[in-house]
Amino acid sequence: MTTPTREVLHDRLGDAARAWLDAALAEAGAAPGGATDDDTPTAPSSPPAWEQHFASAGRQCGQEHADAARVLLLREARADAPTLTRLYRQGTAAERRAVLLALPHLEPAPADGVPLVEDALRTNDTRLVAAAVGPYAAEHLDPHTWRHALLKCLFTGVPVDAAARLGQRAHGDAELARMLGDYAAERTAAGRPVPADLHRVLALTSRTEES
Amino acid sequence: MRIFDPHIHMTSRTTDDYEAMYAAGVRALVEPSFWLGQPRTSPESFFDYFDSLLGWEPFRAAQYGIAHHCTVALNPKEANDPRCLPVLDALPRFLVKDNVVAVGEIGYDSMTPAEDTALAAQLQLAADHGLPALVHTPHRDKLTGMRRTIDVVRESALDPELVLLDHLNETTVKEAADSGCWLGFSIYPDTKMDEDRMVAVLKAHGTEKMLVNSAADWGKSDPLKTRRTADAMLAAGFTDDDVDQVLWRNPVAFYGRSGRLQLDAAAPGDLHEGNSILRGGE
Repeated sequence: MTTPTREVLHDRLGDAARAWLDAALAEAGAAPGGATDDDTPTAPSSPPAWEQHFASAGRQCGQEHADAARVLLLREARADAPTLTRLYRQGTAAERRAVLLALPHLEPAPADGVPLVEDALRTNDTRLVAAAVGPYAAEHLDPHTWRHALLKCLFTGVPVDAAARLGQRAHGDAELARMLGDYAAERTAAGRPVPADLHRVLALTSRTEES
Repeated sequence: MRIFDPHIHMTSRTTDDYEAMYAAGVRALVEPSFWLGQPRTSPESFFDYFDSLLGWEPFRAAQYGIAHHCTVALNPKEANDPRCLPVLDALPRFLVKDNVVAVGEIGYDSMTPAEDTALAAQLQLAADHGLPALVHTPHRDKLTGMRRTIDVVRESALDPELVLLDHLNETTVKEAADSGCWLGFSIYPDTKMDEDRMVAVLKAHGTEKMLVNSAADWGKSDPLKTRRTADAMLAAGFTDDDVDQVLWRNPVAFYGRSGRLQLDAAAPGDLHEGNSILRGGE
């Protein structure tokens, strides 16, 4: 799952939204690290301006462009790990998705970024699950967690194409093959169809499969 | 027939309700934050609840082709518990969210000084954030409570055009209308209003600024009361356009003042949004 560049997003936005985005990105760029003076979640003060833009991106740019605008804001602010964590924890589902999509661009240390991915994978919100299994997860999730993430995609109907580096991570994974086989058997025993994606991933686990 | 339920607590309802609501014509709704039946004892319980209104519940609604928005506030009942008061300080970070279309529901429960303070503070928050306010009228001592509510609204920075007075009935509608606020009616199986009384109110007072909701929650209530009222209106001689005004255009106009309504909910069958709610362990 890739998000468009500033130039591409520019072409898709109307005049008002484009002007809003430019102003918001300028404010984000003026806040290096994205750090704020006050990181306490229940602080009485309003959040800093660019974080408010992060919240309002959907109504300013249209929901279909919200992911892209929010990821650009995070990148422009060079949001650090505490900022990413706060924005994720205090975010709507849409804002959390944007933080997840920004992880491979901002590359927080695994100790900071992986807990956010794991949180998203505990939800049953397919928009979050799909955003969680991107390149950052492919790079940093341990084998057990990654296998369960993939199984969760199959369970909740998230296309496994959302999973980055699928072929590479699945290649030669005998444990994943066993889990997929057991799941297929369970579905078959229940008289329910086996998801087509399951067979695709199962084929990828083969040691002879080119990936 | 398209229906916008401007007040319904879907957190307390099942997916069967969503399915039945869609079949009845409901395409959009607003879920006000409210008392959950069991008193909360810390602000964090509220924050998790608000997060749910901004995360999981709109996701559930989208599975059934219904656009979900919410209002957030410290409700009057729990405003009386000092342990919950810090919620007021944290509200600004929720009020900037895309799906929040009003401050609410606020108002009076027992008409205490603590409720006075919370109501005035939250009307100010609405004015500060350019948001409307959903103000319910109390269940007990309703007429007096409504008069006091209107006084507080008049003293606030918020234009009455941005206030929806809810749970109105025959005894309160006249003064509520005179205040310049929008007028909400909750149609219930036994209490509050019923659909035939609602039709009588509409005949007497017209359809302008009138909103009808089910206010369905964890108590005895019915999420299809919006549709039942629409049917009763048609049976009583109101036109399709009258019904559309009360059940769609009026709530869209009121909550639209937030600038945040997104009424293009994903239709069932869309790639991401159309999956049934699976439990990941079925």
